[in-house]
Amino acid sequence: MTAAVTTTTRPLPAGTSKLAMTAFWAILRRDILVTARGFVAFLIQAFMQPLLYLYVFGVVLPKIGIAVPGYGGLLLPGIVTLTVFLASVQGIMLPLALDLGFTREIDDRLLAPTPVGAIVLEKVLFATLRGLISAAILFPLAYWILGDEYLVQSGSIPLMAVLIVLTAVLGSALGLVFGTVVPSEHIALAFAALFTPMLFTGCLQYPWASLHSLPVFRVITLFNPLTYSAEGLRYAMVPLSENGAHTPSLAIGWVLVGLIGFAALFFMLGLRSFKSRAIR
Amino acid sequence: MEAAVQGESAVEVQDLVKTYPKAEGNAVDGVSFTIRRGEIFGLLGPNGAGKTTLVGVLTTAVQPSSGAVRIAGADIADALRVKPRIAVLPQTNNLDRSLKAREVLTYHAAYHGVPKAEREARADRLLAELGLADRAKEKVPRYSGGMAQRLMLARALMHDPDVLFLDEPTNNLDPQSRYFLWDRIRELNERGVTIVLTTHDMNEAEQLCDRVAVVDHGKVLVLDTPDELKKIIPGGGLLELHAALPGGAPAATDAAADGADPTLAEGPAADLLRRLRALDAKQVEPLATDGDGESGIARFRLFSDDAGALVPAVIEAVAQEGAQVRDLRLSTPSLEDVFIHLTGRNLRP
Repeated sequence: MTAAVTTTTRPLPAGTSKLAMTAFWAILRRDILVTARGFVAFLIQAFMQPLLYLYVFGVVLPKIGIAVPGYGGLLLPGIVTLTVFLASVQGIMLPLALDLGFTREIDDRLLAPTPVGAIVLEKVLFATLRGLISAAILFPLAYWILGDEYLVQSGSIPLMAVLIVLTAVLGSALGLVFGTVVPSEHIALAFAALFTPMLFTGCLQYPWASLHSLPVFRVITLFNPLTYSAEGLRYAMVPLSENGAHTPSLAIGWVLVGLIGFAALFFMLGLRSFKSRAIR
Repeated sequence: MEAAVQGESAVEVQDLVKTYPKAEGNAVDGVSFTIRRGEIFGLLGPNGAGKTTLVGVLTTAVQPSSGAVRIAGADIADALRVKPRIAVLPQTNNLDRSLKAREVLTYHAAYHGVPKAEREARADRLLAELGLADRAKEKVPRYSGGMAQRLMLARALMHDPDVLFLDEPTNNLDPQSRYFLWDRIRELNERGVTIVLTTHDMNEAEQLCDRVAVVDHGKVLVLDTPDELKKIIPGGGLLELHAALPGGAPAATDAAADGADPTLAEGPAADLLRRLRALDAKQVEPLATDGDGESGIARFRLFSDDAGALVPAVIEAVAQEGAQVRDLRLSTPSLEDVFIHLTGRNLRP
């Protein structure tokens, strides 16, 4: 039964590892080319929802007196989470579901001299890059939309960067799971059934610390990985109080544990699922 | 070093078994064979015979349950050594629909580590050879079936494989495209590429293949040259008779298709069959009447070493039954006859 051992768990034979790296970069280059060609589509996909959110919740509601002034500052970290997460998910979930299902376009890449695990890694890396690019585009847009509601402290930029990277990896890993598990004809359904609740129970629009009066909901939010991202970013971005304290949020230690834990879990699940779909 | 790795065989399969989880029985059930370097090798079998699984294992898409496979000297478990040596022309269009035709080729070559200048030159050469040069900049979804097929062939050749696997390549092609593809396959073979072809087109197998393996129920039933395989048929010759029965009686020999003994059936068709069986033929089979066949026409096949010598006796037997000869054909058995003889006539799922 030795033949049944998955080939990718074996060490690369000498001489083939260089070829495997070449293949890896070529596949990544292909994904970047395709995205660059459809850049307008990427912008619409990635930014339509977050920008409208920012304008209506961060500008309109405070201006008409329904939200308190300064809400824009509390909302922006959640919108960063939303944007990075969605851009990453979209970069992997549907393309993978189509490639693995109906068209089997993935077969050509599976025949490339690179381990199956490397192809998965490329997909995740590419989707993560998409998330990071969307974050880079979001900040100037948010500055422009929010105007004097744009309140970001600059003392924790390294932490912010780490959290944004983790959020992008999280989105990519979850996209990997759904892209390999959900059949392509059910992708739209999966989006509605899974992602809509995620976007509303992930502390994107409200700080976790403010949920005292809703103890059950408060616990529910802890099962949503987005809570950890939004809360972490809130800790890092919202201006410090007059005595130099961070805004009340989930403890940053738990944020990192939550993000890394969920991302690792999803990646392992997705890798397994991809392998079982790719090699029968 | 290279020469030491390469033996005389392109593909060696030994005691290969593949069992899918939750499936009854083995999809590939203890198969052993060798494909020689430079050969055009055909895999024939009805749907569900295990061909696709077998080719899947040979092309690293399916994990074997047990057994050993070597491709161009490399163990199949060592997929990274095998993949550069093989190429696959799949049955359905799996071209990268996000790319332009020429990019499909250059990116495929890039995945295989072909240097930039070389892959550009190769792409242009192959596009010209396969008649796609003036459509090279179009996106793949605009390609017709035949063009997609040619582009997939070009893609398969971009990394200069030793062994090319073609999965029912001419299934959906018009005759022009089919002949074009056959010519390309022969050319490639002359350049030293080993070809492994799965098909149920017997004509294709006969025209192209040096050797053919007939596969059914996960096993290789026979493996030989098409000419040798035809000798499996009892007697070297074949006589096919179509007879109009007296009074347009129903050709009740259909029972034979269900496995019942037609000699037990009543009626003129059964009587005629009994008379034919009394002749000096190696084997006589009644043929099922096609749904759209003329009613009252019974069809038979007689196998014999000298089928021509049977003609007078057959005509006499028909006359004695009060029937009329509508058609009487002498032929040598075709690969299709062999195939049906080995795998039966029953419809496969």
